[in-house]
Amino acid sequence: MNATLVVEQVLNGLQFGVMLFLMAAGLTLVFGIMNLVNLAHGSMYMVGAYLAVAATQWTGSYIAGIALALLGTLAVGVITEVVALRSLYERDHLDQVLATFGLILIFNELIAIVWGRAALFSDIPQALSGHIELFTNLRYPVYRLAIIVVGLLVALLLWYVVSRTRLGMLIRAGASNRTMVSALGVNIRLLYTAVFGFGAALAGLAGLMAGPIYAVQPGMGELILIQVFVVIVIGGIGSIRGALAGAVIVGMVDTMGRAFLKPLLGVLISPTAAESAGPALASMLIYLLMAVVLALRPEGLFPARGH
Amino acid sequence: MVLLVVGLALLALVPAGAAYFDQPFYVDLLRRVMIFAIAALSLNLILGYGGMVSFGHAAYLGIGGYSVAILAYYGVHNGFLQLAVAIGASALVALLIGAISIRTSGIYFIMITLAFTQMLYFLGISLEEFGGDDGMALAARSDFAGLIDLGDSTAFYYVVFVVMVVFLYLIHRIVNSRFGMVIRASKSNEARTRAIGYSPYPYRLVAFVIAGAMCGVAGFLLVNHTAYLTPDFMHWTRSGEIMFMVILGGIGTAVGPVLGAFVLLLLEDIISGMAGFVGQHWQLFIGIFLVLVVLFAKRGLAGLLPGARRDG
Repeated sequence: MNATLVVEQVLNGLQFGVMLFLMAAGLTLVFGIMNLVNLAHGSMYMVGAYLAVAATQWTGSYIAGIALALLGTLAVGVITEVVALRSLYERDHLDQVLATFGLILIFNELIAIVWGRAALFSDIPQALSGHIELFTNLRYPVYRLAIIVVGLLVALLLWYVVSRTRLGMLIRAGASNRTMVSALGVNIRLLYTAVFGFGAALAGLAGLMAGPIYAVQPGMGELILIQVFVVIVIGGIGSIRGALAGAVIVGMVDTMGRAFLKPLLGVLISPTAAESAGPALASMLIYLLMAVVLALRPEGLFPARGH
Repeated sequence: MVLLVVGLALLALVPAGAAYFDQPFYVDLLRRVMIFAIAALSLNLILGYGGMVSFGHAAYLGIGGYSVAILAYYGVHNGFLQLAVAIGASALVALLIGAISIRTSGIYFIMITLAFTQMLYFLGISLEEFGGDDGMALAARSDFAGLIDLGDSTAFYYVVFVVMVVFLYLIHRIVNSRFGMVIRASKSNEARTRAIGYSPYPYRLVAFVIAGAMCGVAGFLLVNHTAYLTPDFMHWTRSGEIMFMVILGGIGTAVGPVLGAFVLLLLEDIISGMAGFVGQHWQLFIGIFLVLVVLFAKRGLAGLLPGARRDG
């Protein structure tokens, strides 16, 4: 185990962490403000990935792919909110979990009808392909570095919008007292729809960036969705700060676990036992982390204020 | 009550009818449906009566299944022992999961139960000795020393049927006992329950363990039914499916979960068996059905039955 490898894995963890953050931000906003548990958030990630791949193939331009994926997921999010989810805000979490579970099935099948069940693969855009030499002996893929930069920029933008603008003020006010905000003359319905669409577009952004790294296939959303739930539960539901912290923690723990748990276990117990126990423990690590966090702090690390 | 008796009587006659029309397939199908009805019944005890939305109930299907399959793998085929281990292991796991989870509530409870089941799912995948990701065939069906032969489709059907009826009765007794009253009281108003001198935590935990053990029995039956075990027994969509059966049938009603399991699984069977587009994309229609039920049938199917008694 040398320093270069550790730095590389730290960067991988960070890259995975910001992807999780892009998903978690929308999910935690929707939960914090509308009190809606949305399992179908992973479907937006999938839709974003498919739209990006399809548009890039049609037009031959990666920029067009990005634009269509972002606008497309925004539109799909808004339509879903208006058609199905709007009437669920007042219902209990159980109904929300089930209805959005149904939406997952619907989205997966619609994608399978249009694009088939086989995985699609897409290329990294020309401008972002290749490696960059960060320092001696460490060549890191430009594309993954770009994901980290985009993710951190989005985090900065979100922080600015939520805490420094009038829109952000309305969002925070809507989270703490919905009735009061609408009594002051704000169209809270429109605000909800906008927040939902925006969250969907963020998930779409994560999806379009994930395309060239992971396989694009029906059901890809659920794999990441459960990890994103771990993120927001660890961070504290409804808090953007918590989502960022949780995402980086989960991204790091998961990546480090996969990279180093097996050799580490090999030192402690026999290498053959580590061979089989390592990957299993690595997959379980984030759930273990979540159980420990919840057992010690049932509201997560950074509970949102006003709840 | 009349409807319940008629329904159960019809179910009891299924093997005879299937033999008469030479359609043994339906015995298998309804046996599977009833096994899931048992799982849904056990979930209803904590979800419907106790207000604990466990999104990880499939874990105990897996624990029950693995108990049987692992013992059979090492040549232990004694059904009584396997059943005891399945129940014991499920209860123990439920005790561990419950002890931590019940400290939380609301969305956190949903997520932590999901997380624990995910852990068990990945644990199942990692057990290379027992087939890992692909699962393994059950070495032999549980052997009840000549009393009952689970290889006999009809006999097995009646075993499942009897277990289902017994569980229906047991849960009816539990929720109407003093213990059940506390569980239901703590669902409708926790503060008042505390005020009259009951701490909900131990009651909830015991209910959680009972539900886990009951679902372990369903796991025991399911692995004998499929004769094949995969980690997918514990997949989170399985947990969602069981939850949906409870909601569809009517949350906190005595027969709701059974009704829900029948409607959902038979509907799945009919739609997926259709030719062409509908059969190929049956999940689309199940998804639409699910959303419509949640949006419009708030009280579930049991609420539609004439004379339905609501315990919740």
